Amino acid sequence: MEIPQELADHIDEVITHYPVSKRSATLPLLHLLQEHFGYISEEAITWVAAKLELEPINVLELVTFYPMLRQNPVGKHHIRVCRTLSCALAGGYSLLDTFCKHANIEKQSGNHHAHFFKSADGKYSVEFVECLASCGTAPVCMINDDFYEAVSEESVPELLKKYQ
Amino acid sequence: MPAILRTPHPRERRIVFKNVDREGWTTDIDCYLKDGGYEELKKALKMQPQEIVSEVKASGVRGRGGAGFPTGAKWGFIRPGETKPIYLICNADEAEPGTFKDRYIIHQDPHQLLEGMIISCYAVNARLAYIYIRGEFPVGAKILERAIQEAKEHGFIGKNILGTGFDLEIYVHRGAGAYICGEETGLIESIEGKRPYPRIKPPYFPAALGLYMSPTIVNNVETLCDVKHIVKMGGAEFAKIGRPNNTGTRILCVSGDVQKPGYYELEVGGVTMGELIYDICGGLRPGRKLKAVIPGGSSAKVLRADERYKIKTKQPDGTTTEAEIGIEDIRMDFDSLAAVGSMAGSGGVIVMDDSRDMVWALNNINQFYGHESCGQCTPCREGSLWMQKITTRLLDGAGADGDADILVSVADRIAGRTICAFGEACAWPTQSFVAKFRDEFLAYASKNGNASSKPEDKH
Ligand SMILES: Cc1cc2nc3c(=O)[nH]c(=O)nc-3n(C[C@H](O)[C@H](O)[C@H](O)COP(=O)(O)O)c2cc1C
Ligand code: SF4
Ligand code: FES
Repeated sequence: MEIPQELADHIDEVITHYPVSKRSATLPLLHLLQEHFGYISEEAITWVAAKLELEPINVLELVTFYPMLRQNPVGKHHIRVCRTLSCALAGGYSLLDTFCKHANIEKQSGNHHAHFFKSADGKYSVEFVECLASCGTAPVCMINDDFYEAVSEESVPELLKKYQ
Repeated sequence: MPAILRTPHPRERRIVFKNVDREGWTTDIDCYLKDGGYEELKKALKMQPQEIVSEVKASGVRGRGGAGFPTGAKWGFIRPGETKPIYLICNADEAEPGTFKDRYIIHQDPHQLLEGMIISCYAVNARLAYIYIRGEFPVGAKILERAIQEAKEHGFIGKNILGTGFDLEIYVHRGAGAYICGEETGLIESIEGKRPYPRIKPPYFPAALGLYMSPTIVNNVETLCDVKHIVKMGGAEFAKIGRPNNTGTRILCVSGDVQKPGYYELEVGGVTMGELIYDICGGLRPGRKLKAVIPGGSSAKVLRADERYKIKTKQPDGTTTEAEIGIEDIRMDFDSLAAVGSMAGSGGVIVMDDSRDMVWALNNINQFYGHESCGQCTPCREGSLWMQKITTRLLDGAGADGDADILVSVADRIAGRTICAFGEACAWPTQSFVAKFRDEFLAYASKNGNASSKPEDKH
């Protein structure tokens, strides 16, 4: 696992945010590694554990708990559609299907706990997430770190064009 | 953000949201300073910490995160002469379905939050503070980090703040998609680098045994912003806004079937439910009638549009009078919503019209809680999943006659039997939906479903 110097420096700086307990830096470090590598590998888990003087299980138990942490790479562009009530009232479920259709993604099961769905070419992945705290402009979604409000199904093809 | 600038409704009283959607407003510290920013911090640093706590007590402000606990009383739990370090955490996990207010403060007015936080830290003598922001706000986290950097450069954060000898560091800590991190002790465990399993209270009240087993104050974003305005106007003046025991303003977040959903900062109890829905939010869509309202985030008990509520009011002479009111007469404040059997909660008002299917709506909510239970307590872990399975099978046409009763019996066995209030949060929707819309559940059970939504919208 190659950690570029800049990232290594950033990691060391983040650890200083937790003067009382280094263990507190576990989640921030996992975020940084996931941002860099796209997902969290076994190696990353052991690396974080060694860095923070923890057992690997202390790190793994976070990776398996938090929905945003992943052990498999998502697509090049990751789409998160809000599933919860206000968005569902405004058509969130159809919106997810529309994204799948235009991104050539086959939805495997109706169970949103089953993680994300990815297109065969790995370009897009889609995931249902819970309330994104923008219920007044439902339905909403995120593509990578970008946030979109009041997303109509018609706007999906145009939206996807921005993410090649 | 924002894509669209929204003009405040004339009935709003914008204090905390003064700068949200304001023309020409930016997140830069210069913009904030030009508008008189950080003046309240300077004022506060000239006061004794205990004086600020007294002002907050006098203001009567109640927490805006969900439980509505008086902030002054919470701060008062920190023992004078405490020898352990004291921490303050800003709860910016905003994840209660239907709630969308902290998002705008973070993205558009980060310095207001910082100013409120620095004053609060000074008041409770905290030298280290964290902003726990939900993982799905990556841009918000960057905005806050930049704002902290700017505030440091101006001497508002760091060592010897404005020459007063007060030191404070504030860091941003990102969550990673788990709703339970909003529960304050789960949040604390999360910052400690563990799974966010809520702690049992007693003994683990944060104000006594919080972060790193030290006294810790956890407050919501909006509450901490209120502190700035309490310092500005004085506790007594703040207490004049709103109603007795329900003071100040609140940002109500309205979503669902209204013509103008959105955020509205109103005096607490300044409007009734009817005024909120019809006058402020433009009413329902043409031809539609009100069916149900969830008044305080998805955990709050649902209210049925044609219910009558008996409310008791204390008169100045000590006697109580009882009146019967309809849904549109309910005042949007803590005490009135509690009096009708629900709660003001997080301020998220979800409106549903007569085209909506209540079994479908409850199933959506049950999916949420089934997904978000942390799994520590058996009643919550198993019960939330069973409630979800039962509403799903009702929708799928595979329900059984006794399902409505089973749902309630499962919910009744969760509430009051768990480590944290998530137990109630997941039981209340089921208890109230089944009690108030029993017919619809029975109709599904007899495979007589009246699904008004597309089949693929069901789960
Ligand atoms: C399951 C659950 C989720 C919660 N989520 C949030 C949240 O997202 N934001 C928040 O401010 N408070 C949330 N709370 C309430 C917090 O535990 C805590 O009461 C609050 O942050 C205290 O701040 P306040 O007194 O300023 O309201 C939640 C509580 C529970 C039980
Ligand atoms: S009530 Fe539910 S969420 Fe809260 S601690 Fe127990 S299992 Fe976890
Ligand atoms: S329900 Fe989708 S943002 Fe809240």
